[in-house]
Amino acid sequence: MLRFIIRRLLITIPTILVVITITWGLIKLAPGNFYSGEKRLPPAIEKNIREKYGLDKPWYQQYGKTMWNIVRHFDFGTSLRFEGQSVNGIIWRSLPVSAAIGILAYLLALVIGITMGSIAALKQNSRWDYSSMALAMLGISIPNFVLGPILVLVFSLSLYWLPPSRWGGFPSWNLVLPVITLSAIYMAYIARLTRAGMLEVLRSDYIRTARAKGLSEKDVVIKHALRGGLMPVVSFTGPALAFLLTGTVVVERIFSLPGLGNYFIQASLNRDEPLIIGIVAFIAITLLFMNLLVDIVYAYLDPRVRYQ
Amino acid sequence: MEPEIQTEVAHGEFVRGTSLWRDAWRRLLKNKLAVFGLIVVILVTLASIAGPTIIKRTFGFTPDYIPTGDMKLVRSFPPFKGPDGEFSWKHPMGTDNAGRDQLARVLQGGQISLFVGIIATLVSLIIGVSYGAISGYVGGSVDNLMMRIVDVLYSLPYVILVIVLLAMFRSQTPRGQLTLLFVALGSVSWLTMARIVRGQVLSLKNQEFVLAARATGVSAPRIIFRHLVPNTLGPVIVYATLTIPQIMLTEAFLSFLGLGVQAPLASWGSLAADGIQNIAIFPWQLIFPGVTMALTLFSLNFLGDGLRDALDPQMRTV
Repeated sequence: MLRFIIRRLLITIPTILVVITITWGLIKLAPGNFYSGEKRLPPAIEKNIREKYGLDKPWYQQYGKTMWNIVRHFDFGTSLRFEGQSVNGIIWRSLPVSAAIGILAYLLALVIGITMGSIAALKQNSRWDYSSMALAMLGISIPNFVLGPILVLVFSLSLYWLPPSRWGGFPSWNLVLPVITLSAIYMAYIARLTRAGMLEVLRSDYIRTARAKGLSEKDVVIKHALRGGLMPVVSFTGPALAFLLTGTVVVERIFSLPGLGNYFIQASLNRDEPLIIGIVAFIAITLLFMNLLVDIVYAYLDPRVRYQ
Repeated sequence: MEPEIQTEVAHGEFVRGTSLWRDAWRRLLKNKLAVFGLIVVILVTLASIAGPTIIKRTFGFTPDYIPTGDMKLVRSFPPFKGPDGEFSWKHPMGTDNAGRDQLARVLQGGQISLFVGIIATLVSLIIGVSYGAISGYVGGSVDNLMMRIVDVLYSLPYVILVIVLLAMFRSQTPRGQLTLLFVALGSVSWLTMARIVRGQVLSLKNQEFVLAARATGVSAPRIIFRHLVPNTLGPVIVYATLTIPQIMLTEAFLSFLGLGVQAPLASWGSLAADGIQNIAIFPWQLIFPGVTMALTLFSLNFLGDGLRDALDPQMRTV
C-alpha cells in the first residue's frame, strides 16, 4: 500500500507541474497580454508596470521565476487585475464559498442519488425503476445554467420563497438554490451508478448466501448489498470533483457568488496571468490529490483490489 | 454490413442467419425509450435543417430579420402574441429583445449545436480510434507508454484548460472561434474512445484473420485500419452516440460563459445565455432554447443507452 501511494505521488507531482506549464504556455503563446485590452496605458507607464511584474524579462526567466516561486514558496505572486492583492489571498478568500456549495451539493446528491438508485435496483423494471431512471436522465440532460435560472424564476421571482442570488454567509437561505442547481447532475449520475452497481451485486453469490442463511431482506440490502453496490459511486468521487469544479463556475456566475470559479472566469477573460495560473494550479492539486485519496479508500473498501 | 449467411440444414431447408447489425436493430426497436429518442433526434435534426427555410417561405422572415417601421418600445413578445397582445401564429416561441422570431433562431441554433456536437465527436473519433488501435496493435512498451499518457491526461482538469485555451486564443471572427471550439472539444474527449478501441484491438489481434493477413504480407497500417478497426465499430458507434450530447453540453457551457459560439452565429447555449439576462421579464427567451436543448440531449442519451444495450450487452456501465 505504501509503495502504491509513493508511486502515485511520483506521478501526481510531475502532472501538477505539467498542468501549470501547459497553462503558462497557453497564456504566453496567445497573442496580446493583460495590457492589450480595453484599458490602453501610456507606453511609459506600461513599461514601468511590466518591469515591476517582471514581464519585460525573456520568457525562460519568467517561466523559471514563476515555477521557482510556486515550488519553493507556494507563492503565485500578485494579481494584475486586483492590484495589490496576492493570488493566495484571493484563493483562500474565495475557496470557502465554493467549498460550501460544492460539499453541500455532493452530500445532497449522495443521499438522494443512492436512495433513488437503490429503489430502482431493488424494484427493477417496475414503475419506480423507470421513473427514477427517467428523472436521472433528465438530470444529466438539463444544463445547469438552464436549471438554475428556471429555479430562480419559480422559487424566487414567482413564489418569493428563496433569495435569487448573492452570498449570504454560511448557513443561509441563499445557499438553497445554488446547491440544488449544482447537485442535479451528480444526483443523476450517482443514481445511475448505484442502480448498475446494486443490480450486479444483487445477482452475486454472496447475496444468495446471505438470503439462504435466512437474513431479513433489510439486512441483506443494507449490510451486504450496499457495500458492494456502492463501489462505483466511490470511484465516481474523483470525476465528480471535476464536475463540481466546472459546475461551480456556472453556478457562481448565475447566482453571483464570490467563489473560486467566478474569479477563474474573470481572470481568464481579463488575462490576469498570475491569478489564472494560481487557480489552475490550485484546482489541479485538489483534483489529483482527491483522486489519490479515492483510490486509497477504494483499495481499503474492496479487498479484491490489489495494487502492485 | 456483413453478408447474410445461409446455412443448409439436414433437411435441405435454408435458415437465414441474422447478422450482428440486424439483430442489434431488432433489439433497439424493442426498447421504447430508445425509439422515442431516435424519433426525437431525427425530428429535431430535420426541423433544424429545414425549419428556417420553411419559416421564410411561410411568414417571409429569416432568423436574423429585425422588424422595422412602426416599432413598439418592447420588441420581445410572448409566445403566440402579436405586437398588440392579440393572438398570432407568427411567433410560436415569441420574439427576442430585437424582435427576431425565436422559433427561427432556436432552429438555426440547433444547426450550430448539432454541427458542433457531430464535428467535434468526429475529431475525437479520429484521434481516439487511431491512437487506441495503434497502441493495442503494436503492444509492448509502446502500448504501455501510450496508455500511461492517457492515464495522465485523464487526471487533468481538462475543462479548466479548455477555458484558458478559448479565453486566450479568442478569435476575432465567429468562424475562427467555431474552428477553435471543434479542435478544443475534440482534442480533449478522445481518451475514453482510445481506451475502448485499444481493449477491442487487444482481444482481436491474435485471431486467425489477423494472423492470415500478416502471413500474406499485409502491412501493419493496413491491418489496423482495414481489418481491426472495422471490427471495433459496435462499441465505437455506441460511445460516439454518447459523446455527442456530452460535447453539446460542454459547448453550451462554454457559450454560456461567452467563450463559445459568437454572434452573429448562435447555438442553443448562447441563446440560453442571452435569455438569462432577461429571465425576470421575458422568461420565454431562456425557456425555449433551454428546453429544446434539454429534450435533444435527453433523447440522444436514451438513444445511446439503447444502442449500447442492443449492440454490446456486456458494456453496461454508466
